[in-house]
Amino acid sequence: MEKMLLKRVDIPNATDIDVAVKHGAYAMVPKAFEMRPVDVVNEVKQANLRGRGGAGFPTGLKWELCARVHGTLKYLLCNADEGEPGTFKDRFILHQDPHLLIEGMIIAGYAIGAERGYIYLRYEYPKGVGILEKAIEQAYAKGYLGKNILGKGFSFDLSVHRGAGAYICGEETALIESLEGKRGQPRIRPPFPASQGAWRRPTVINNVETLSNIPSIIAMGSEAYASIGEETSPGPKIYGVSGHVNRPGAYELPMGTTLREIIYDHCGGIRGGRKLKAVIPGGASTPMLTEAHLDVKMDFNSLVSAGSMLGSGAVMVMDETVNMVNTAYVLIRFFAHESCGKCTPCREGTSWLYQVYHRLMHRQGRPDDIDLLLYICDTVKGKCFCPLGEGAIQPVLSSIKHFRADYERCIKTGECGQA
Amino acid sequence: MSEQHEEAHFCRPTGQKIIFSDAIAAAIAKVRQKYPDSQGAVLPALHIIQKEYGHLSYEAMRFVSHQLRVPESDVFGAATFYSLYRWKSPGRHQIQICHNLSCSLMGAEPVIKHLEQKLGVREGEATKDGRFSFIRMECIGRCDGAPAMLVDDDYHGNLTPARIDEILKQYA
Repeated sequence: MEKMLLKRVDIPNATDIDVAVKHGAYAMVPKAFEMRPVDVVNEVKQANLRGRGGAGFPTGLKWELCARVHGTLKYLLCNADEGEPGTFKDRFILHQDPHLLIEGMIIAGYAIGAERGYIYLRYEYPKGVGILEKAIEQAYAKGYLGKNILGKGFSFDLSVHRGAGAYICGEETALIESLEGKRGQPRIRPPFPASQGAWRRPTVINNVETLSNIPSIIAMGSEAYASIGEETSPGPKIYGVSGHVNRPGAYELPMGTTLREIIYDHCGGIRGGRKLKAVIPGGASTPMLTEAHLDVKMDFNSLVSAGSMLGSGAVMVMDETVNMVNTAYVLIRFFAHESCGKCTPCREGTSWLYQVYHRLMHRQGRPDDIDLLLYICDTVKGKCFCPLGEGAIQPVLSSIKHFRADYERCIKTGECGQA
Repeated sequence: MSEQHEEAHFCRPTGQKIIFSDAIAAAIAKVRQKYPDSQGAVLPALHIIQKEYGHLSYEAMRFVSHQLRVPESDVFGAATFYSLYRWKSPGRHQIQICHNLSCSLMGAEPVIKHLEQKLGVREGEATKDGRFSFIRMECIGRCDGAPAMLVDDDYHGNLTPARIDEILKQYA
């Protein structure tokens, strides 16, 4: 498959607009402007593009809901708060090919009728701020941003908004709160952002990778795009692989590539020829899988059938030396740290889970701790305000389900991996 | 969960008279233009001050409140919510080292222990010579080069204790 998302990341200096344009950047802006906005929305709908941030919501549908509202200021937000542990796919676009994202945002803004855009960038990408701001400045200078773009009557302003270290701000309504200068806590829905989002205006929020797919859809047409990869969630996908593989990295592959192909063909297998023990297929909040799941296709629907989720496509691979109590401890420590405190089940549940793991890791596990962990998960499950709490219990539930023996040994002997 | 969250002293005035420069006020006024209302500029305004002073303070929050005409309670609420606004004076170079799963799998803990011993300080404290301070981070998005850290804005990956020693030498 020819690369669409990472096509320019290896070209030296592709952050410079002249280099990027020479390699095809912004070519789809005039083409999209030849179409009516509603046709652009329909094209994305027919391409069946699903959001790459984690939830897999159909992008075209999201756009349509917002595009239908007329006569008001609207916002287009790019979610570049890539904070899901294990996820680093968007970093390549943000740091090495920002013009791909800007091109996608201009077309998206045109389609939904938004004249103001923000890129919400996570604090932990400090170099990204300068790179994006310079790219935006160049795009203004070349007339791709600002008033009356390419003389076609559409205006679009874009700027970078830097986060300040809060995982929760990847949740779209918390992101909006944070953009508005408030504590990053999620809002009740409805109203959905498409009708009342940033500053109570209709708003579309898309992930970096989602928006970076748009120029390709315009270039090849929805039919050709929809034929790539899996029928139910077509297109290219960047899988970011880390952990115990020989060649960790970001791999752009057709959606639905199997876990086995990703780990053994593209990443060169497990380090030291060891045995695979567990895989987290889509970032910290997606349930772990085992060797038995290696032939699962890495797309939204197939992973749900296998009992997990595609999430952000952040594949974390663990070999046989890993103790799963330690793995769950590290992840729960993260979720307890990042729970925003708005709702009780998540705030108290994640801290309580952390306390139990902390004592397990310090050789003070009690015989009924497994039951206690399951009980706490039950008090969190389905009761939280936003998906953070639900995600937090996944590593606990899936590690107990697949690796109960690790927990039993930990409680009995105090052997729980590194503390 | 971590020590940086146990700080409560930021709610109190430091007792020092801090004069924020006209350049800072101008930078805040400029960033204000990017947002439809002044509250939108709270986070960037705090970033501007943190960049200049290395950390925030009670006085900094009041200054932002006055400059943007946003209630102090809203500025305080936002500033204390986010974990990367800091309240202690950090070292000249700030090390942000990841301890989340991908880095942990690749040996982050022994590396962090080595860093801690080498610097001789706990998380969040500056070394005696004021050169470094370090904090633990929850995933800095460099999982392909785990274990990884940021020193100021520079990324360093595939860390080992020996590489830590080499890297620290590059920062005066």
